Amino acid sequence: MSENNQRAIITVVGHDTVGIIARVCTYLADNNINILDISQTIVGGYFNMMMITDLSGKKKHFAEISKELEEVGKEIGVLIKIQREDIFDEMHRI
Amino acid sequence: MINIHEVTETNQMIERENLDVRTITMGISLINRIDSDVDRLCGRIYDKITKKAEHLVRTGEAIEAEFGIPIVNKRISVTPIGLVGASACKSTEDFVKIARTLDRAASETGVNFIGGYTALVAKGMTEEEKLLISSIPEALSSTERIMSSVVAGSTRTGINMDAVRLMGDVILQTAEATKERDSIGCTKLVVLCNAPDDNPFMAGAFHGVTEPDVIINVGVSGPGVVKTALEETHGADFRTLCETIKKTAFKVTRVGELVAQEASRRLGVPFGIIDLSLAPTPAIGDSVADILHEIGTEYAGAPGTTAALAMLNDQVKKGGIMAASSVGGLSGAFIPVSEDQGMIDSVNAGALTVEKLEAMTCVCSVGLDMIAIPGDTPATTIAGIIADELALGMVNQKTTAARLIPVIGKGVGDHAEFGGLLGHAPIMPVNSFSCADFVNRRGRIPAPIHSFKN
Repeated sequence: MSENNQRAIITVVGHDTVGIIARVCTYLADNNINILDISQTIVGGYFNMMMITDLSGKKKHFAEISKELEEVGKEIGVLIKIQREDIFDEMHRI
Repeated sequence: MINIHEVTETNQMIERENLDVRTITMGISLINRIDSDVDRLCGRIYDKITKKAEHLVRTGEAIEAEFGIPIVNKRISVTPIGLVGASACKSTEDFVKIARTLDRAASETGVNFIGGYTALVAKGMTEEEKLLISSIPEALSSTERIMSSVVAGSTRTGINMDAVRLMGDVILQTAEATKERDSIGCTKLVVLCNAPDDNPFMAGAFHGVTEPDVIINVGVSGPGVVKTALEETHGADFRTLCETIKKTAFKVTRVGELVAQEASRRLGVPFGIIDLSLAPTPAIGDSVADILHEIGTEYAGAPGTTAALAMLNDQVKKGGIMAASSVGGLSGAFIPVSEDQGMIDSVNAGALTVEKLEAMTCVCSVGLDMIAIPGDTPATTIAGIIADELALGMVNQKTTAARLIPVIGKGVGDHAEFGGLLGHAPIMPVNSFSCADFVNRRGRIPAPIHSFKN
């Protein structure tokens, strides 16, 4: 359960532009959030990225990080979401 | 490790297919609040509810934000007030005082509905329970968030026809008392047979006397997700169809289980059950009727609908049961009319009648739900429809219920607007032949032979 699981999934969806990953990674580094894995695809011109991150060293509350990532997304014109990993684990792993 | 396709699938279900957790319902026992003075009783009820549910809404919102899954409703159910108020209430006004107290407590805690303005009268009514039932029109017309239910039958006890007859009158009085708003009071009033003690869904939610002090029950949903999954199975055989529904129900229920465990842990309240229900809303793409259409009936109500619904209901349970640690409540497909755009379209097309809906309730959870009928329907006819519905539950050993809305001043061809999740509905015709001589008999219908299992 999320009591122990400090992993979160960050998804970024939007038009592909220069520097999306850089902006997100900079934010994460500034907030001591470790990236465990990154994968991305481009479907129909849409940039689709997923990061698996470890929040155990985070300095802020989840809600604050979520809001700030949304702001970063607005600045570069993409949608950024952060969700606890458990929801995906529960749904796709028995 | 989770991959990008799995993440995309989950988020598409949430963003495009209306996947949500329909309700987190906190059940609160009021047994230890009972008092013989009605004002003191109200104070004690208010204190307990507002204390136990103080963090319910905030916790629900935090879980929504962190997991990215909407939790549409946060609600409370309480011990049936017919029991809690029995020692204090000497008049209908006394019961209405409790109703207003519950309404204030709901408002204070921020929940949208509170269930449990309830009388358990499957076999007989106490004087106090009669008072509570008689107070329902006033209670529902002078509050916003109260949900009321009357359990008038069960497989073990038979059907209390005195209560059913009384409910025919009470439903009409409630309709009259709220006629300015299309008789909306009746959308918050249900008559049940075999009502579960742990149902998280309104209007029939109450905290049964067999339950612990406080508990968390969760109702899942997801008609849109099932419908989208079935779009891939056009022309496929029944095995493929069933497998698809089961797998989808499993995924939907796992999210409910996660939310339930998380809410239970954060609130420090034991987890009770997951209600494995396909609960529609009036939103486009969140319809059980659309699933039936996808399975192959032109409209809900066409021949084949009952069989398709029976299969759907069974597969939802089979898929959901493995995904949940504890299952209860109503668990099955809901087929309300006003809360499901596909059902509304089916009625408007002339495909769906009250009688066909009655047949459909034999094979799915609950019963005749959110059906608007002409405002001049006689009380005895309403009681007759309720008796028919309860008989289905009694004989088939399942929960059935009737939530009928006689819309005062409106008739067939008109439309009723309830707003929000309660939706809107075309007025449906009811059989105009009389059952008054049947309904006006006194006493109860005895329990069926197969109830004697000891």
